[in-house]
Amino acid sequence: MTTALIITTAGINCDRELAEAFELAGSSVHLRHLNDLMAEPSIIDRYDLVGLPGGFSYGDAVAAGRITAQLMRNTIYPALVGAIERGVPMIAPCNGFQIAVQVGLLPGPDAGAVWPTSAPQPIVTLARNDSARFIDRWTRVEVPANTRCVWTRGLAASDETSLLPVAHGEGRFVPESDSVLDRLADDGRIAMRYAADDNPNGSVGAVAGICDGSGLVFGLMPHPERYTRWTQHPWWNRLAAADRQGDPPGLQMFRNAVNHAQRVAVG
Amino acid sequence: MSTVHRIEVRPRREAGDPRGAAACREAQSVGVEPAPHRIDAASVFLIAGDLGDPQVRRIADELLTDAVTEQSVVGAAEVTGDALVEVHPLPGVMDPDAEAIELAIRAMLGVDVTVRTGQRYDMHGVDAPAALAVAERCLANRVIHGLTGEPWHPESFPVGHEHEWAVREVPLRDLDDQQLAALSRDAHLFLNLSEMHAIRDHYLGLGRDPGEIELETLAQTWSEHCVHKTLKATIRYTGDLPNMGNRPGHEVHDDGSVTIHNLLRSTVAAATKELMADGIDWCLSVFVDNAGVIAFDDEHAVCFKVETHNHPSAIEPYGGAATGIGGCIRDIIGTGLAAKPIAATDVFCVAHPDHFERPPVDGDAQPLPAGCLHPRRILRQVVAGVRDYGNRMGIPTLNGAVWFDDAYVGNPLVYCGCVGVMPRDRVHGDPVPGDRIIAVGGRTGRDGIHGATFSSAELTDSHADEFSHAVQIGNAVTEKKTLDAILDAREFDLPGAGRTCLYRAITDCGAGGFSSAVGEMGEKLGAVVHLERAPLKYAGLDPTEIWISEAQERMVLAVPPENVEHLAAICARHDVELCDLGHFGTDDRGLSLNYRGTELGRLDMSFLHEGLPETVREARWTAPLAPAPAAAEPSPPHVAIGETLLGLLAHPNIASKRWIIRQYDHEVQGRSVVRPLVGRGGEGPGDAAVITPVRGSTRGLAIANGLATAWSRDPYRMTLAAIDECVRNLVCVGTDPRRVAILDNFCWPGCDAPEQLGALVRAAAACYDGALAFRTPFISGKDSLNNQFTTEDGRTIRIPPTLLISGFGIVEDIARCVTMDVSAPGNLLVIVGATTAAMGGSHCELLHGGGGELPDVDLDHGPRAAVGVHAAIARGLVQAAHDCSEGGLLVAAAEMAFAGDLGVHLDFVTLPTTGDMDIVSECFAETPGRYLLEVRRDDVDALAQHLNDVPFSIVGEVAAERRLTVAGADVDLAIDDLKHAWMGTLDW
Repeated sequence: MTTALIITTAGINCDRELAEAFELAGSSVHLRHLNDLMAEPSIIDRYDLVGLPGGFSYGDAVAAGRITAQLMRNTIYPALVGAIERGVPMIAPCNGFQIAVQVGLLPGPDAGAVWPTSAPQPIVTLARNDSARFIDRWTRVEVPANTRCVWTRGLAASDETSLLPVAHGEGRFVPESDSVLDRLADDGRIAMRYAADDNPNGSVGAVAGICDGSGLVFGLMPHPERYTRWTQHPWWNRLAAADRQGDPPGLQMFRNAVNHAQRVAVG
Repeated sequence: MSTVHRIEVRPRREAGDPRGAAACREAQSVGVEPAPHRIDAASVFLIAGDLGDPQVRRIADELLTDAVTEQSVVGAAEVTGDALVEVHPLPGVMDPDAEAIELAIRAMLGVDVTVRTGQRYDMHGVDAPAALAVAERCLANRVIHGLTGEPWHPESFPVGHEHEWAVREVPLRDLDDQQLAALSRDAHLFLNLSEMHAIRDHYLGLGRDPGEIELETLAQTWSEHCVHKTLKATIRYTGDLPNMGNRPGHEVHDDGSVTIHNLLRSTVAAATKELMADGIDWCLSVFVDNAGVIAFDDEHAVCFKVETHNHPSAIEPYGGAATGIGGCIRDIIGTGLAAKPIAATDVFCVAHPDHFERPPVDGDAQPLPAGCLHPRRILRQVVAGVRDYGNRMGIPTLNGAVWFDDAYVGNPLVYCGCVGVMPRDRVHGDPVPGDRIIAVGGRTGRDGIHGATFSSAELTDSHADEFSHAVQIGNAVTEKKTLDAILDAREFDLPGAGRTCLYRAITDCGAGGFSSAVGEMGEKLGAVVHLERAPLKYAGLDPTEIWISEAQERMVLAVPPENVEHLAAICARHDVELCDLGHFGTDDRGLSLNYRGTELGRLDMSFLHEGLPETVREARWTAPLAPAPAAAEPSPPHVAIGETLLGLLAHPNIASKRWIIRQYDHEVQGRSVVRPLVGRGGEGPGDAAVITPVRGSTRGLAIANGLATAWSRDPYRMTLAAIDECVRNLVCVGTDPRRVAILDNFCWPGCDAPEQLGALVRAAAACYDGALAFRTPFISGKDSLNNQFTTEDGRTIRIPPTLLISGFGIVEDIARCVTMDVSAPGNLLVIVGATTAAMGGSHCELLHGGGGELPDVDLDHGPRAAVGVHAAIARGLVQAAHDCSEGGLLVAAAEMAFAGDLGVHLDFVTLPTTGDMDIVSECFAETPGRYLLEVRRDDVDALAQHLNDVPFSIVGEVAAERRLTVAGADVDLAIDDLKHAWMGTLDW
């Protein structure tokens, strides 16, 4: 049995549904406050999976995720990198993604390269939506065929079910340069894109989620943890029976990661 | 003294500036001339502290600037436009970001600093005065913001100073009536003369004058806002009243008048009491706590509270609405031993956005009265306030409504609701003597002083100046941290004892602040309070201010002394402040208020809570009940059905509220099963939301509301219609109407006028009749009774009597939930309930004019239809269900069609009707009690078995071709055109 660590702090508010997603996928879960982890980073070493939940940590002061990332960079960054090097899958939806890119966990070093010992300068960001407005809706998403991401590989979904909910005001993916985006795309580190004409925030390259070079760390603006039961689909009562077979795509992602973590734990 | 450092952060040009662009769009939409053609937005950070240049640079680079998209300067950048405006919060106004930045700087550098944040706007195409005008109209509010025409870089921040304080007595024993009235008014006590007499007489008996803090405590506790004295008064009513002799507490006199002893107890609460005596066993806590509580399942209870925050929202809509929802959420946290908030609702009543303009006015618009904000701005800002607070709290906002009426111009209504869930063994809590009085959460400041008394007064054009201190900005993160800590404390694993609640009672600091919270919790015990122990936002508050401050995000707990240490550890983990204000329990049930070792006041709890003199008030109802003769005439022939349908769909009351709904997170917590927007693509207007409060359970909770303000000329029928609509909305998603509880929120114009109180009596009577007929107990309620605005020239603008009915109910199995979008061609549309010719209060009349009779609410058929439709839904016989209300049958059918992206062919030849109908009333009458259902052909007979003899008929068929047709009415419209009309109006 694997155990997932969910890191909460002031203003995080998607921790319970993230915990439920891990549990539905077969892992046990501990919720720990960032204050406890900053005091004792080695707590992180005990876990098989890590989740950085969504929310409005520190009220989005300055920018979404900024304060939390600043607190993490100088405290638990090495322990988180240590976990990745141990093969621990991590997911960072929404505010977690905003935090992860600013901590420097994403996109991380290229495949095979070593992690820097201290938190690097961010090279991608999640800027204010082009509408300048918070948006809540379900968007159609696609997983690039070449992705390294252990979370999104082999997802089974139909046109009607390949959706995820977004709910954010600062989710516009912006890379430092075109070459950064090209490198991520070529290297299989784009883990998810918004479908054509369904980009809710003006993200460059319609990027909805990326992963690190190992494919373990997955950050995305949508919320797969809100799509682990069919009745969470926005028009579930109109889906054909064939569309509702098996696990919803959100839960499939967590199963992928928990299965991976189990193999790591056994191996 | 430490230096103030200034840092500006702005987007790099290539990264785009959505905030500046949005500000520019906003400026162009509000009609300021000239309007800027471009605005560049920048964030300004002012940091006071002992920092060297490298440290300032490091803060700018590492903390304040996004490395990929932004750039910063220390100091002030060159002006990029033709003029600039800076907006900074006034001293003492909550600056939520500042606190977080201070924390981060302390973590980075180990230095304590003070931070203030602001916004800079460089405007292109306007000069400095015009730029300032733009800022005042849409970017800032002088009630809370300071504006400058140049970069603001103060040498230091204003700080509060300790000042001399003394025990102040208010000599009132010798005052005459005139002087008592003057004292009440000048000290903002808002107490009437008989109340001032009661206080004077009490202190004459004690042989001393009251301390200032005692008088303030009495004013807070006796405010309309806190005790609902109008609804509890004895009322002498003359005029027509349906079923007059049939309600408890109503004493009918020979002259036909009636004396009502405690209106609330004799109507709203009486219905609940009778229903509970008659078999309803699932009400767990009604009218006594911060929210009403009902059973959800064997282990869990759910609670619901709806509040209004009208007066603050009139003056500062953003902060008013945000603190409105924040306060309502705290009511849920303060219910029983704390519930977890799981859903929020919001209903706004505002003036029509296109009907008012600032003078000088040309065209059809009316001049906006001085002292009023523009309705468009009010609506935008209240939406933003609810959005920012609700989303940050992680509570899905799932249900709401917006109602437009020009009489709300000076007095918009902002209803905020919240639903919570808790274990059933956490539904009740009471303090015992010796419990510590523990305050947790935000610090106390001068903000919000006199909110309770302010909300009980009438607004005038000068209130924005006089009562700006009653207006606040919320800090949602403080409330979220406090909630996290409280839920941990509620379910604490106490070594040796197991699952333990660390406190014995909890309540929120709402109106009246500590004075109300401690006063209410200690009502039966007495309490000793040491005010110097409350953590303050800044120095310089005197003890009375500490006692009555309504600073946000504070909760008060009664904690056994042995548990305080555990609670303190939990609070420390969550960065939540905690203070021990004193203890509950005194020998004489007295409330002792102390400051730095001196007793400032000592109040007898019995006088505080029972000393309010009972008043007798006159109420009168003279409005003609007979319809105006014009109504008997046939509908005007010029009413073209197709055109009217398009006009109704575009009416702001009916039009899509998507631009609001999509700004609210309605998915957070992952419990949502039926959302506010439904159907493939998620654009249909759902009737009610459904959530799953308990993880792993398929039992659902539906949430809806009813509002029938268009019928306000008869509050009796208005109220019944609102209850009926609320029940139908709930039933349409699959709720069991036998498991529905409702809430009343009265917003009324000043009830000192007997006519307005008469209207209130009629509404309350209908609450009783409606609740009994539908068997829907009221479990909680609130009233706001002074909603009128006095203009500069002395004109009074009264809101229409407005009663919001909110309801929630059980859905046995969420798999049976239905939505309102039609699902398959060939299915039939079935109407349940008869249509009558009465067009009064209909939107068709709003569009075309007319003075028709208001429809009656059928209290026999209505409840039977609800039970019948539910039975059919529960058996899977209904594919889609929609209530027929605003706009009537044709609007309901059109909404069902475009929500399902299909067509409908309608034929009203067999429509069940009462009275002389024509095609206009068939299409557009808003007769209550009706449902429009999509049913498979084969299921119609089975459906009929469940309808309890309520009239029904087939009125149409779902079609693959996306058109809406009405047989015999020459209507053949494209579904896309209908949807376009409906989506366009409020596409802001």
